[in-house]
Amino acid sequence: MKRIYLDYAATTPMHKDVLEAMQPYFTDKFGNPSSIHSFGREAKSAIDKSRDLIANFIGAKSDEILFTSGGTESDNQAIKEVVFTNSQRGNHIITTTIEHHAVLETCHLLKNLGYKITYVPVDKFGLVNPDEIKSAITDKTILISVMHANNEIGSLEPITEIGKIAKERGILFHTDAVQTFGAIPINVDELNIDMLSASAHKLYGPKGIGILYVRKGTRIGSLLHGGSQERRKRAGTENVAGIVGFGKAVEIAKIDMEKDDLKLKILNDRLKNGISSRIDDIFYNGHPEKRLPKNISVCIKYIEGESMLLNLDMKGIAASTGSACSSGSLEPSHVMLAIGLPHELAHGSLRFTMGKYTTEQDIDYVLEILPPIVEKLRSMSPLYKKE
Amino acid sequence: MSQYSDKVMDHFMHPRNVGEMENPDGIGRIGNPVCGDIMEMYIKVKDNIITDVKFKTFGCGAAIATSSMATELIKGKTIEDAIKITNKAVAEALGGLPPIKMHCSVLAEDALKSAIDDYLKKTTGKGLPGFKPHEEEHEH
Repeated sequence: MKRIYLDYAATTPMHKDVLEAMQPYFTDKFGNPSSIHSFGREAKSAIDKSRDLIANFIGAKSDEILFTSGGTESDNQAIKEVVFTNSQRGNHIITTTIEHHAVLETCHLLKNLGYKITYVPVDKFGLVNPDEIKSAITDKTILISVMHANNEIGSLEPITEIGKIAKERGILFHTDAVQTFGAIPINVDELNIDMLSASAHKLYGPKGIGILYVRKGTRIGSLLHGGSQERRKRAGTENVAGIVGFGKAVEIAKIDMEKDDLKLKILNDRLKNGISSRIDDIFYNGHPEKRLPKNISVCIKYIEGESMLLNLDMKGIAASTGSACSSGSLEPSHVMLAIGLPHELAHGSLRFTMGKYTTEQDIDYVLEILPPIVEKLRSMSPLYKKE
Repeated sequence: MSQYSDKVMDHFMHPRNVGEMENPDGIGRIGNPVCGDIMEMYIKVKDNIITDVKFKTFGCGAAIATSSMATELIKGKTIEDAIKITNKAVAEALGGLPPIKMHCSVLAEDALKSAIDDYLKKTTGKGLPGFKPHEEEHEH
């Protein structure tokens, strides 16, 4: 059966060149970067090269890049280890209601430890208002963490403004850029970012490798204790092949980013217009313009997300939903609730995220398959009353 | 998603007894506002036997499959036998459900009991003794 992958926000297939770049580091160039012999030096220089590439990609210095195991670890370190290290300066953290669980659950832990957390709400487009961030600041605020783009609805947050506010008030600013890194240009100085999380597998790199950018001078502790790797900020033998892969993925992103962005805009219009003209009683989530072109989040009224996903999956189409029923919890997605959707609509959300390898034919196939699925599910829904 | 058994997938993809019914003898409507599932069940009863049953469900794969299986299980049964069908029996008939989805089978049991309750109220003036939907078991 033809399989069509439209879940690029979850993960991406690895680029062939990335795999090729990584391969020698599993076998021939297997050295431990901490070793002083030639095997170690070989691995060490590969890490240095990747670090330089990645730093350069976001306008940072090489010694401001820490390699981690991925977005979750980066978020954990950025929040916990900054708060623990700076707790003499205050105990208050500001974040938003639509952050990734890696941020929300970390804040939840800190709350249980006695820290104060303010969750700034978002509007119906999922955008946070910088003024509300500003008014949430107290003299105890030590950290503001706001994601660059939301993974579920694709909205781009006004982080330049938020970063500016944080800078003016001398508060550290962290952004989870897992969805944007490699997709749109990022310059840590222009965006006033002190810390940034990113993960390689969202940009055609390998899983299990991420970065945390930490601006020079930021006081931050280590999440993992042990050896003196990563300038004592992340103990453990480096994932050399992963780091090489991340570097290669960034090299490719640098070349392809603009071209991919244009292509995704065209595909996005094709899918969105196609759905709109074929299915009634729907609406789109996220901001209409301030958004990532790879993402379409649509609520299809009267039916539930998991049933749509299962039906699409039977036809080879891989998508995602904010419905509770696919998540292992009974609550629908916190993002859908935060943008003000009632439960029954939150349950009917469907997310398509496209990428480098998505074609117009893929989109047309979805447009052929989706309408009869919606019709079938609506015909068995007690909420759907035909005129 | 694919933690579903083949039987669940079969009932989900090809649900039995979907639809509405003209002049049903009993209607059950059960909704769970938080997890979002809503089930409607219609029954036709003749000589104390459930001769026909239809359902409509808004919900996930498990919700649709358990609705479908519940209708299969009660069709042709006497009222007395039908009310003995538990959510566990529905889940077992489907070859089991993932633990997180067990609440869907509770909803199916409630929907069919609610339809029987409605039928009994209409015919005898008294509902199903002790019938109360299992809201508290949903643990929201």
